[in-house]
Amino acid sequence: MSFPLLTATAVLPAVGAIATAAVPAARRAAAKWLALALSLATLVLAGIVFARFEPGGDRYQLTESHAWIKDFGVRYELGVDGIGVALLALTALLIPFVILAGWHDADPAPGARLDSSGGGPEKTSPYHWRPTQGFFALILMVEAMVILSFVATDVFLFYILFEAMLIPMYFLIGGFGDRAHAGSDENAAAQRSYAAVKFLLYNLAGGLIMLAAVIGLYVVAGSFSLSEIAAARADGSLDMGTGTERWLFLGFFFAFAVKAPLWPLHTWLPNAMGEATTPVAVLITAVVDKVGTFAMLRFCLQLFPEASKWATPVILVLALISIVYGALLAVGQRDIKRLIAYASISHFGFIVLGIFAMTSQGQSGATLYMVNHGISTAALMLVAGFLITRRGSRLIADYGGVQKVAPVLAGTFLVGGLATLSLPGLAPFVSEFLVLVGTFSAYPAAGVIATVGIVLAALYVLVLYQRTMTGPVRQEVGGMPDLRVRELAVALPLIALLIFLGVFPKPLTEVVNPAVQHTMHDVQKKDPQPEVEAAK
Amino acid sequence: MENLIALLIAAPLLGAAVLLCGGRRLDRTGHWIGTLLAGASFVVGVVLFTDMLGRGAEDRTLHQRLFSWIPVEGFQADVAFQLDQLSMTFVLLITGVGTLIHIYSIGYMEHDERRRRFFGYLNLFLAAMLLLVIADNYLLLYVGWEGVGLASYLLIGFWQHKPSAATAAKKAFLVNRVGDMGLSIAIMLMFTTFGTFAFGPVLGSTGETSEGKLTAIGLMLLLAACGKSAQVPLQSWLGDAMEGPTPVSALIHAATMVTAGVYLIVRSGAIFDGAPDAQLAVVVVGAVTLLFGAIVGCAKDDIKKALAGSTMSQIGYMILAAGLGPVGYVFAIMHLVTHGFFKAGLFLGAGSVMHGMNDEVDMRKYGGLRKYMPVTFVTFGLGYLAIIGFPGLSGFFSKDKIIEAAFAKGGTEGWILGSVALLGAAITAFYMTRVMLLTFFGEERWRHAATPSPAEPDVEPAAETGGDHSEPHPHESPRSMTVPMIVLAFGSVFAGGFFSIGDRFLHWLEPVTGHDHGHAPVSATTVTAATMVVLVVGVAIAWAMYGRRPVPAVAPRGSLLTRAARRDLLQDDFNHVVLVRGGEHLTRSLVYVDHTLVDGVVNGTAASMGGLSGRLRTLQNGYARSYAVSMFGGAVVLIAATLLMRAV
Amino acid sequence: MNPVNYLYLAALLFTIGASGVLIRRNAIVVFMCIELMLNACNLAFVAFSRMHGNLDGQIIAFFTMVVAAAEVVVGLAIIVSLFRSRHSASVDDASLMKL
Repeated sequence: MSFPLLTATAVLPAVGAIATAAVPAARRAAAKWLALALSLATLVLAGIVFARFEPGGDRYQLTESHAWIKDFGVRYELGVDGIGVALLALTALLIPFVILAGWHDADPAPGARLDSSGGGPEKTSPYHWRPTQGFFALILMVEAMVILSFVATDVFLFYILFEAMLIPMYFLIGGFGDRAHAGSDENAAAQRSYAAVKFLLYNLAGGLIMLAAVIGLYVVAGSFSLSEIAAARADGSLDMGTGTERWLFLGFFFAFAVKAPLWPLHTWLPNAMGEATTPVAVLITAVVDKVGTFAMLRFCLQLFPEASKWATPVILVLALISIVYGALLAVGQRDIKRLIAYASISHFGFIVLGIFAMTSQGQSGATLYMVNHGISTAALMLVAGFLITRRGSRLIADYGGVQKVAPVLAGTFLVGGLATLSLPGLAPFVSEFLVLVGTFSAYPAAGVIATVGIVLAALYVLVLYQRTMTGPVRQEVGGMPDLRVRELAVALPLIALLIFLGVFPKPLTEVVNPAVQHTMHDVQKKDPQPEVEAAK
Repeated sequence: MENLIALLIAAPLLGAAVLLCGGRRLDRTGHWIGTLLAGASFVVGVVLFTDMLGRGAEDRTLHQRLFSWIPVEGFQADVAFQLDQLSMTFVLLITGVGTLIHIYSIGYMEHDERRRRFFGYLNLFLAAMLLLVIADNYLLLYVGWEGVGLASYLLIGFWQHKPSAATAAKKAFLVNRVGDMGLSIAIMLMFTTFGTFAFGPVLGSTGETSEGKLTAIGLMLLLAACGKSAQVPLQSWLGDAMEGPTPVSALIHAATMVTAGVYLIVRSGAIFDGAPDAQLAVVVVGAVTLLFGAIVGCAKDDIKKALAGSTMSQIGYMILAAGLGPVGYVFAIMHLVTHGFFKAGLFLGAGSVMHGMNDEVDMRKYGGLRKYMPVTFVTFGLGYLAIIGFPGLSGFFSKDKIIEAAFAKGGTEGWILGSVALLGAAITAFYMTRVMLLTFFGEERWRHAATPSPAEPDVEPAAETGGDHSEPHPHESPRSMTVPMIVLAFGSVFAGGFFSIGDRFLHWLEPVTGHDHGHAPVSATTVTAATMVVLVVGVAIAWAMYGRRPVPAVAPRGSLLTRAARRDLLQDDFNHVVLVRGGEHLTRSLVYVDHTLVDGVVNGTAASMGGLSGRLRTLQNGYARSYAVSMFGGAVVLIAATLLMRAV
Repeated sequence: MNPVNYLYLAALLFTIGASGVLIRRNAIVVFMCIELMLNACNLAFVAFSRMHGNLDGQIIAFFTMVVAAAEVVVGLAIIVSLFRSRHSASVDDASLMKL
């Protein structure tokens, strides 16, 4: 048996989480460095997975399979396809930046006592609350679960991970708030716990409905294995019946639509992203939410192709509403982080649109969009976080003229913003255009409406930039220092990546294309042919 | 030789990267690096040009394919270039005028602490603009299209500390985005129709699709052109764009970027030729903007805004010519090139005047400057004569041809378009004479106007000359500024004649754009004579109004039309009321809806659950005996039910 | 004698025990009433065993006795400790187990 590379990639951050949590309370710095080192080691493993993946090879590669719960046929089954490998790489890539950006976010507040039992020798007690260690351990735990969910090919295994990642996320949102809160400490804590509970309830509700559908699927299909069910469907030995298939599809889709999030199930996202620290907000939108859209592509389309096609018109409409509605609400926000959250809702609309347009360009575009949105939102949000930490406020109105005092910060913020509005030359443009073209070739009207989104995106990004960065220097931002080395180490690689993938996206499209062709085959759709066979 | 094409873009792109990432250590040398690389690009352009001249007319088109950009099933986008005579014309214009303006900026921006960044942005603009004109497919063209939009945004808002500049930059980008939407929809339409968006295949197979498709593509391309070239109804950003430093106005908002729309339409000629309705829309837009810009230009007291109105109007001429089809393509491009010379020269002259006048832009506070700025006066004057179409100068040849072509359209349309073009020529003569008289002739009104301009009393003075508000001491600008002005003046004088003698320009471009002489209802001589007449009339009216009488330093109230024209014919007011206010209300109400309705439904469910459980909680009173009662009761009910079922 | 009469007696005893549990407050008495109910069940089991002619009912009766004995041990211990802490054996006084 060959080396279980995928398991290793997922287990390494989990081990890292435990090790980080076990670091003694007094040695906070060691915990940070340990977490960073392990996330980088995971990145190396993910890089090996990416390199070992052969675009032209089998659909699922590097597979592992072990019996787990024999009585129900649950197996520990792993394997990556092109879509999974792209998202796995994204996750492994972003976590080091998240850790680096959150370097000081979980430090005990200056002047605050480290724990309730007072200082002194008790600090070494193993039972005592160590926020810094906990913060980084939870981030690594989320990474482990997300990676495993991208490579799980057993429906039950995926479901468990899909739900389990709520636990560390809940603590990350509720336990570590943004210090830059307008209200008093109690007010901040109340809003934070509201946001965390809202996040948990929404996702739990989605998850439970999915559980019912998972059980229903087992009853109908007699297996949890993705490949077995897909094979049985393909050779006709499994016929779910139209009604059953639709119900099961809806059960799965609901859970993913909450996680994605799709209008009108989106309201947890602005709360969660607004109240959480910026690295955690990035973790939510750039990493965890991707599991939702990824699962639509992998589970909904593959397991229930007929029902997916049946639901397409409604889902397209919801996606279009998300695009326009999210963008309009972003324009109306007064809080920087909530603005970015609503912008993300608009972008998730694009992703869902691309998936359900069911054309090669749309689905390739949607997959690239997941990766590019992760990078661009991370760049914008993390730089916004640096800005917010400096001024101690999330309100746009509290800024002005930052460009003059901190030009590098303003410059990186602008590049992040331009990526968010999909400027050609930066990575998101490639994916957004593919989604638009893919949608337009199948549903011209939807394509045209979605195009309105690019104007609105320019509006909210430029208004944000204008109000915060330009104009006369406000007194409060007068002494603001420019980006420090640690912050540059976060921003610059992300920007370099945005430019690289904008000019040369081939490494990604190469692995994604075959996977998309498989999915297109699953749903038995063919691209619309051009009207004229142009002279090549 | 084709391997050199990429070098055209690489040089300024390298400059932009070095200058923007280089940090403060390049502050002292940055402007030289930027200018040198722009010049290098020009040299490469000239080398390619001489090589092109050495080949026959049929094999002058060069291709260079760098790499496959977005390879996705059924969708191929390459990073590939195509250099033909049309692109070559633009390359020389862009790099030539661009280099001159780089040189000019060395002097103009001398006292600006962020000069290095200014040159970085200028280089970025050159790279994007060159990409726009040498791309071999529409998607890559789109990259350049938005790239110049970005450079324009950065440069308009270069003095970011001025809120008006930041707002103008944002407005320009947004309005352009609306146009970009048109371009991206056009590309999507091409993809669904032809399966590709490379120039060759698309333009080569327009005959195989329906006229409806072509009309749709054409209208979308027109929308894109309207945005970039500031044509009605997307013209509102150009006036505000004058917030940028003057070299920017000269390069981007007069000579090159704003003409990209003309390039797009001429390049897509095959599509428009197959879609007469789209062509009609193009000429209507061109004709309307031609008058619109000219009227606005008549009313503005801000020298740069008057010139901006003029730019709008002149591009209207080009769009009009491009909409006429093969009759006009060549003349659209010819006017574009000559306009590039004289309008860039006029803007640089205006910058020179402002440079010597403490950044005053109000022409009513100029007057009699010809004595103090002789070089500026002469070069500006030559540009003036060129733009109004003084016989023998550049504008005469190119504008005259467009008016002829408009008449040659034939039928009533031809007469209407021809008359509009003639009327435009008269108004051009009027407002340009007005600018000339107000600035260089008459009494020296600035002697008494030593107070700061009342429009923006609180704003920090622009960093150009330190901006002290004492009485200005008009002086000639340094050599680095006057030399580019002189070179451009040469172009303004001789380019038109050089192009027209022996129809040189026509023969040069014809293989790409095609040409058709049309059949003019009136002879060329008649048109020229009519043009001369309206020219004289326009100049005479301006002389009567501004030359003979002293000019009041504060603008009189003016007629209804004047007042409307000062406010850009109320277009901004319309935008403000309908789009800005309406948009604000929409977003506010949506924020409210999101909070109360969408979130409210969920919160309501949660609240009702909470209420229900609160009620149920009272049953748990803790008394063991009441639990026992419910237990017994339950048992009795169960037994009764069982018995009952049996009985039935 | 007709075995059905034993069933009537068992029902009567069960009813007395049940009403005692519901009405009386003294924990000891409640406890005794529960024992009464258990024994009523035992009686019914034995009677049914006789009626159907097999031993299952008697075996279950023995089980019940063992369970009842165990219950007495635990139950009395609880009552004693409750009395010690509250100086009262009333079941209504021990009403803290609520939300």
